[in-house]
Amino acid sequence: MFTETSVGSPVRRRLLGLLAGPHGVDRYTELVDPMWTSEVRATVVRVCRSTPRSVTLWLRPNHPIAPLAGQYLTVSVEIDGRRHTRCYSPASRHRPDAEGLPLIELTVARHDGGVVSEYLYRAARAGMTLGLSGPAGDFVLPIPRPRRLLLIAGGSGITPVMAMVRTLQQERYDGRVAVLHYVRSLDDACYREQLATLPQVSVLHACTRGPGGDLQGHVDGGHLAAAMADPDAVYVCGPPALVEAVRRHYPDAVAESFAPAPLVIPGTPVGGRITFGRSRIDVDNDGRALLDQADSAGLTPASGCRMGICHTCTRRKVHGVVRNVTTGAISTGDDEAVQICVSVPVGDVEIDL
Amino acid sequence: MTHTITLTPAQLEEFGRELDAIKEEVVADLGQDDVDYIRRIVKAQRAMEVAGRALLMVPPAWPVGTALLSVSKILDNMEIGHNIMHGQYEWTGDPALSGQTFEWDTACPGDQWRHSHNFTHHTFTNIVGMDRDIGYGILRMSEDQRWHPYYLGNPVYAFLLMVLFQYGVALHELETDRIRTGQISLADKREVLEAIWRKTRRQVLRDYVAFPALAGPFAPFVFTGTMTANLVRNIWSYAIIFCGHFPEGVQEFSIEQTRNETRGQWYYRQILGSANLTGGRLFHIMSGNLSHQIEHHLFPDIPARRYAEIAPRVREICERYGLPYNAGPLPTQFASVVRKIVRLALPSRGSAKPVAAPQSLAA
Repeated sequence: MFTETSVGSPVRRRLLGLLAGPHGVDRYTELVDPMWTSEVRATVVRVCRSTPRSVTLWLRPNHPIAPLAGQYLTVSVEIDGRRHTRCYSPASRHRPDAEGLPLIELTVARHDGGVVSEYLYRAARAGMTLGLSGPAGDFVLPIPRPRRLLLIAGGSGITPVMAMVRTLQQERYDGRVAVLHYVRSLDDACYREQLATLPQVSVLHACTRGPGGDLQGHVDGGHLAAAMADPDAVYVCGPPALVEAVRRHYPDAVAESFAPAPLVIPGTPVGGRITFGRSRIDVDNDGRALLDQADSAGLTPASGCRMGICHTCTRRKVHGVVRNVTTGAISTGDDEAVQICVSVPVGDVEIDL
Repeated sequence: MTHTITLTPAQLEEFGRELDAIKEEVVADLGQDDVDYIRRIVKAQRAMEVAGRALLMVPPAWPVGTALLSVSKILDNMEIGHNIMHGQYEWTGDPALSGQTFEWDTACPGDQWRHSHNFTHHTFTNIVGMDRDIGYGILRMSEDQRWHPYYLGNPVYAFLLMVLFQYGVALHELETDRIRTGQISLADKREVLEAIWRKTRRQVLRDYVAFPALAGPFAPFVFTGTMTANLVRNIWSYAIIFCGHFPEGVQEFSIEQTRNETRGQWYYRQILGSANLTGGRLFHIMSGNLSHQIEHHLFPDIPARRYAEIAPRVREICERYGLPYNAGPLPTQFASVVRKIVRLALPSRGSAKPVAAPQSLAA
């Protein structure tokens, strides 16, 4: 609680809580300054569009957060009144104490038709407030550090790699690091200049679509050997296809993969499975509203009007796409609240129920 | 006054579709303007609350302090609390605007309100025997409620409810009427009672102990000012709410008639069971847009600021389908409610008035 960090004794805290009830102190302080709250938020301090398909943001958080190199943060941004959340791995190095609230550097790659990436590329500016949560993720370097390290990145997967490389530099790492970065063309290669200036890091760029770069085409044994022979540890961050291809050569490679949110909504009813996460039950989607299918599966979620009015049945949709049959609205994002009495699954769906 | 409605099932279905279309349009249009609006209202309310409570500690500023705190409580309960708890801003994904967790500045626990209001009242609106808002278990507000000598005190109970409205609302989910008739026991309502007590205690401690104590020697000013603000909020919200379903001409329905309602029939009942208040923009905000009770009952979960812009379309649809659209200024509507309260204190003449049939009398 915000009051815990700023107000002393438990008695004073409880009194403040009573006086500020029922909303809580945060709901008053954040109206004066959005950063004055126990929720973790960040102000965009600087924006740079260094390549045509990416935007780099430097964020100052309101509470110390210290992601390990390779971990990701969940960032929320409000677009036309709606909060959207996406996961991004900072490219800045790990700062153990995070005192003084050091800046966090994020680089966001534009995805075609992507709501958040397009918005940030177009509209990110200093002074914007973003929500933050995390850090999370297991894509981190072990201690002690491996002597020969091969880091493979696909597209924006370069960001956790940059965090690792910068952290190692700070630690005066004396092993060998090779970075192999897959990009469409050299113009899209983020951090090209920064990587070139690092003396002990050998860098190879592989262009998958355009000419140029040190290597051509998609990953194969030749690329990997050229980057580093006999690595002690291999890390790969990129689209699922890249991860799979690397794992064919290095089955023990530590991987992190990401895919943009689904954008294509089928017009006709589709099948799929419904996972009721909390109850650990799976059923085939029969096209009816989630509440009806939950009832048929023997579950008894809270419900009310059963017509999409009272919001008693609202639950968290962990993953998947659903359509609201009364308004026609489609919900595609992860962790969105949906009224299950009027929501029909479109494909596989997981519900926190 | 009973209306003979001649709508065929097919017409009722078309009627439902036309109203559905309005909702779809509004939902598709929701965006930054809507969330900016509610945040401005919240900011104004919180600022007035802080200023009001602070000024009450400065005795010469008592009238201003009381006025600010009164307006702040009204806004918190009506335009902000009631509307957010309806899920009107769920689509934003902002936890500060989430209906399921919002807690408002009044003794009634949010969870209980969400159940008794969002679900019970809005689903079973004006169905005698199911909508407990008809009379709140202590008043006779419909001729279909059987008369009993107890109801001779109708005007007195109504007045007491108005003055103590905060606590009347808080006790609603306790279902004291059903406890009195022996349908349930107090023990069945133990958890409900505990939650009411917890919330009420915090409200009372904050309003009548903690803030006055902070003012030291000026405690009586803070105490009386806060009590006055609560009273003003009680009277104002009572007046607006009672004008929602009780003015002359608003219809009640029976359980039999409303079984297996189609969407069109549901909309039909919501319109006939509600009444609007006319006024300017500031009045609409101060009433939490419950001045648009008809539009609110048609679409409880779209942001209330949108009701004013869809009202002309709703009115036009009602005219075209031959439905009454009950609307009038506050003094007129409230006077009609007061007359009803007094009239229903006495036994009704002749048989109970027939309730409006939602289906066609023609083929």
